[in-house]
Amino acid sequence: MQSLTNRSKNVVNKKMTFMERIYLPAIAKGMWTTLKHFFRKSNTVSYPQEQREFAPVYRGWHVLKRDEQGRENCTACGLCAVACPAEAITMVAEERQKGEEHLYREEKYAAVYEINMLRCIFCGLCEEACPKEAIFLTDRLVPSDYVRQNFIFGKDMLVEGITPDKRIDVTVRQKHLTEKVMS
Amino acid sequence: MAKVTIDGQTIEVADGTTILNAARLIGGELVPPAMCYYSTLQGSGGKCRTCLVRVTKGSEKDPRPMPKLVASCQTPVMDGMEVASKSDATVVEARAAVTEFLLINHPLDCPICDQAGECHLQDLAFEHGKAGTRYEFERRTFEKIDIGPYIKLHMTRCIMCFRCVFVANQLTEQRVHGIINRGDHAEISTYIEKAIDNDFSGNVIDVCPVGALTDRTFRFKSRVWFLNPMDAHRDCDKCSGKVVAWMYGGEIYRITGRKDMYGEVHDFICNTCRFEKKDKSDWTIEGPRDLDRHSVISQNHYEHGELTVR
Repeated sequence: MQSLTNRSKNVVNKKMTFMERIYLPAIAKGMWTTLKHFFRKSNTVSYPQEQREFAPVYRGWHVLKRDEQGRENCTACGLCAVACPAEAITMVAEERQKGEEHLYREEKYAAVYEINMLRCIFCGLCEEACPKEAIFLTDRLVPSDYVRQNFIFGKDMLVEGITPDKRIDVTVRQKHLTEKVMS
Repeated sequence: MAKVTIDGQTIEVADGTTILNAARLIGGELVPPAMCYYSTLQGSGGKCRTCLVRVTKGSEKDPRPMPKLVASCQTPVMDGMEVASKSDATVVEARAAVTEFLLINHPLDCPICDQAGECHLQDLAFEHGKAGTRYEFERRTFEKIDIGPYIKLHMTRCIMCFRCVFVANQLTEQRVHGIINRGDHAEISTYIEKAIDNDFSGNVIDVCPVGALTDRTFRFKSRVWFLNPMDAHRDCDKCSGKVVAWMYGGEIYRITGRKDMYGEVHDFICNTCRFEKKDKSDWTIEGPRDLDRHSVISQNHYEHGELTVR
């Protein structure tokens, strides 16, 4: 039969020689390889004592940003949800009432905003779709859990804090996204 | 009968047909966009100038081209007329300029606006507009007005197409809704903010090409692309009762008239059907509405009828 690739080899049932049959030279050769690795630098990182640096484009746990005055950027336009290939995002919008201007930037806001972290594939299309620079993927890891329900992250898990120490820095990510849009 | 050629495609239409309607009979890319013309409203059209086309040959008897671009919704066809629509560079440029004009005072609040996703101005800007703006002055803004218990008027978004005025004139018996002031100061207003309590006043929401007139019962409830538009009907003593029910999870979020592929409603529906019958048991659901599969509304929907291949 004609082979499809030129990599096929014919199998030969060759009889082993005496040296091959006692296997000792082959064992010694293998041990030598193992021994060499004792004197090499180890590649293992002993997490969590030691943590590796994240790539600047790493996509992890989402954050819903606030503006400088501490108002939520998200206006529940639904573009992230429609862009989401995993259909992980759901939201319920509500109208901003009088006196809530310090809480929400636009006249409409997301009363409920949920991301199912088990569905999310961390592709970053939501932040690309966002017209309000509200959602960003950060370099934080999504914590593990035993209950599926706990992976549906609501606004309490997603919106960043108002105080400066609780803000989440996304400048690197923001810069990366603008470059992506411009190119 | 008159024979007219639009973008190289010839069609024979009845005398007195406008270029726009002739183009719609051919269909496809060459159909000029229309923001103010509405086939079911008498006298509409000629205001927005987005449907500009170039007449390269006047008629068989007088083959001279028309000196300027003409509004296709107002210009009747002549026998032997040749028209350049999207194929002509000057037409495309003129439409981009008109779009820029329409967007001068129009706010960029699509993420908030309930019309987003089914907005004609959004489609127009996407297809014909430019990414940037050159306008540097302060844009005119208005306070939002509640016209009656069901309709919200957000004048800032209005593009002065007059469609709602024609609805008030032609469908409803007394007109309580019109344009006041002139030119740049023109604005849609009810007569001293008097509530429209006519049975068919809700149709101004359907005819509005932008989000200036919106449904208060649907305000911020959902985005149109999350909902499943279903054809539905009920026995109504005031109107035809043929509507589109926008559903999500077995719940009706809003009711609108049935719009054709150009966003025009032919059977206007009454306020009872539109605003008060939001229960599933009120309606006979016929099935999912056939949408253009490139429309944002058909995103993430799998319940299409037949997919038509063009």
